[in-house]
Amino acid sequence: MSDIKKQSEDELLEEVTSSEYKYGFTTDIESDTIPKGLSEEVVRTISAKKNEPEWMLEYRLNAYKAWLEMEEPNWANVSYKKPNYQDVIYYSAPKQKPVLDSLDDLDPEMKRTFDKLGISLEEQKRLANVAVDIVMDSVSVATSFKETLAEKGIIFCSISEAIQEHPELVKKYLGTVVPVRDNFFSALNSAVFSDGSFCYIPKGVQCPMELSTYFRINEAGTGQFERTLLIADEGSQVSYLEGCTAPMRDENQLHAAVVELIALDSADIKYSTVQNWYPGDKDGNGGVFNFVTKRGICHKNAKISWTQVETGSAVTWKYPSCILKGDNSIGEFFSVAVTNNKQQADTGTKMVHLGKNTKSTIIAKGISAGYSDGNYRGLVRIAKGATNSRNFSQCDSLLMGDKCGSHTFPYIEVKNNSSQVEHEATTSKIGEDQIFYCNQRGIGTEEAIALIVNGYCKDVLNQLPMEFAVEAQKLLEISLEGSVG
Amino acid sequence: MLKIKNLKAGIEEVQILKGINLEVKAGEVHAIMGPNGSGKSTLSAVIAGKEDYEVEDGSVDFLGEDLMDLDPEERAHKGVFLSFQYPVEIPGISVSNFIKTSLAEKRKALGLDPLPAKDLLKMMREKMELLSIKKGYLSRNMNEGFSGGEKKRNEIFQMAMLEPKLSILDETDSGLDIDALRIVANGVNKLRTKDNATIVITHYQRLLEHIVPDFVHVLHEGRIIKSGGKELALELEKRGYDWITKN
Repeated sequence: MSDIKKQSEDELLEEVTSSEYKYGFTTDIESDTIPKGLSEEVVRTISAKKNEPEWMLEYRLNAYKAWLEMEEPNWANVSYKKPNYQDVIYYSAPKQKPVLDSLDDLDPEMKRTFDKLGISLEEQKRLANVAVDIVMDSVSVATSFKETLAEKGIIFCSISEAIQEHPELVKKYLGTVVPVRDNFFSALNSAVFSDGSFCYIPKGVQCPMELSTYFRINEAGTGQFERTLLIADEGSQVSYLEGCTAPMRDENQLHAAVVELIALDSADIKYSTVQNWYPGDKDGNGGVFNFVTKRGICHKNAKISWTQVETGSAVTWKYPSCILKGDNSIGEFFSVAVTNNKQQADTGTKMVHLGKNTKSTIIAKGISAGYSDGNYRGLVRIAKGATNSRNFSQCDSLLMGDKCGSHTFPYIEVKNNSSQVEHEATTSKIGEDQIFYCNQRGIGTEEAIALIVNGYCKDVLNQLPMEFAVEAQKLLEISLEGSVG
Repeated sequence: MLKIKNLKAGIEEVQILKGINLEVKAGEVHAIMGPNGSGKSTLSAVIAGKEDYEVEDGSVDFLGEDLMDLDPEERAHKGVFLSFQYPVEIPGISVSNFIKTSLAEKRKALGLDPLPAKDLLKMMREKMELLSIKKGYLSRNMNEGFSGGEKKRNEIFQMAMLEPKLSILDETDSGLDIDALRIVANGVNKLRTKDNATIVITHYQRLLEHIVPDFVHVLHEGRIIKSGGKELALELEKRGYDWITKN
């Protein structure tokens, strides 16, 4: 018998799906923290540290009281050890990353990942916190962006700053889309949120740049309990990107963010997320729990489009939703969710049709590998008054190997008979035949898998802002590749 | 170019090829004919390196190297091309993207940089013309929604782009109407040079009217039981496989 290279499918999959998350590094830096645990006193301390006005403190205290009466939900198809909420530190001032003298000092693995993702040298320096030459510093670029935005009357700042500088806007809209009592995690977030972003686009203004561009040259401050509020006034338009393809290591295991979008009449919001939090080790130890509430409301003729590429976190619980309140409004949800090793994800969307002639589109692509479990959970609700409304949903799952799982839980409620709902679902496995075909054309197995996965996700990746689409594509490859770097 | 010696191979412990001997030289076209289940597709799969097949004995020498030591993609890089009987769909990947990747991987293995986009496009246009392929084809997804004829033409298009040394056409005529057959065969003929070789695997003689072989081999129960010139194909067509297998 000749020694033809023979590798069983199992071995191959093992190899392909066994990439470890190699970017984690932790640092011991003094930070301004308060003792563990949650109490009214802690909520007051957080508010005081942030020098907040009385109404904000009230808001937080109400939320805290609501939270005390609530229970952690367990309807999601995930299992994890529930965090001890008295063992969490609820306030910690931004930590400092160590400053490096040059990129040569960067962890070579990290450097290779940056290169693979195609991140520019300038940006690599920023992400890695390299002390940069003043001429090269991106601060000046940021300043000119800030000026451009200010000229148009666009407000883009941290939510803490907005509470101080634009209290009328924050007061008017905060908690209107995701009420304090919406769920356990939103109540928790409302009580203790540390920071986040605020954005206001005035009437008729088209935001002149992807706010992602802005984001990327500024500190993309991600906190444990992040709060985002984005208001697009009548006829305005904005594209916003949060997160980063660059790997994110965080010591905080529990993340409970709230994002609220308000699209007033004829406004258009495009909100894209790339999430690459630490997923834990191969056995599922130590990864981030990502329990997020994201919701937007569309007034008349408005449109909200959510796009997400989710590759990280140990447990994900996330349903970016649209409330289509105004007539003729449009909601969209495009998602790629990758789970590998022991990751678990229960993610999807809710489209609530209230206005007449409202339309929604859902394209959800799940990829499960290793021993992971990926779930799509989606609700389409068409109210009695939402006549002539339409929904199209497509939920696809791609399985790699036979040890992972994938489930789809669609909920459809239609209360009138002039509306139309379509739901398509497929489950497929990456075929050996597909891989062999690529091999025969000179494409190695890992590249073949990357190619097939990218093709599968194309409809979603196409929705991302250009520069991120390329990075997200590479991120998918890395998430599923055996040999990182 | 290709020397197959006493090749015995099978799948799941069932021996299908029971000692194949075949030599193919540069510039030649060999036809392998035989009834269903004679091992024709197994032979092409084993040469290309499909891992389901177990090689039990014998050797396959390609340009001085034992092919069986190489991964399928390495065989492709060395110049082995298989035109599939049933080309697979790769949803979401355009023909141009696929071929670009394929060509770049091959060039990388040969220590070359990818072709500049301009040159690649020029080459694609030339080859499309050669195969009477219409515009708009490059942006379609690989084999998705392709008719039988389009799938086969797509195989030959890739062959034209990759410029292999040895091409194996596995039942390329199946599923083709007469016009599509002529176009595909013309394409193959135009790609013939004195430096490359072709193995045509087929049931029927009709493809061989268009791609004229130098040698015809009859495969039966895993062995080549008769070899001859192109007349052998005609004879087979007239008298059927029984004529040989019964003896």
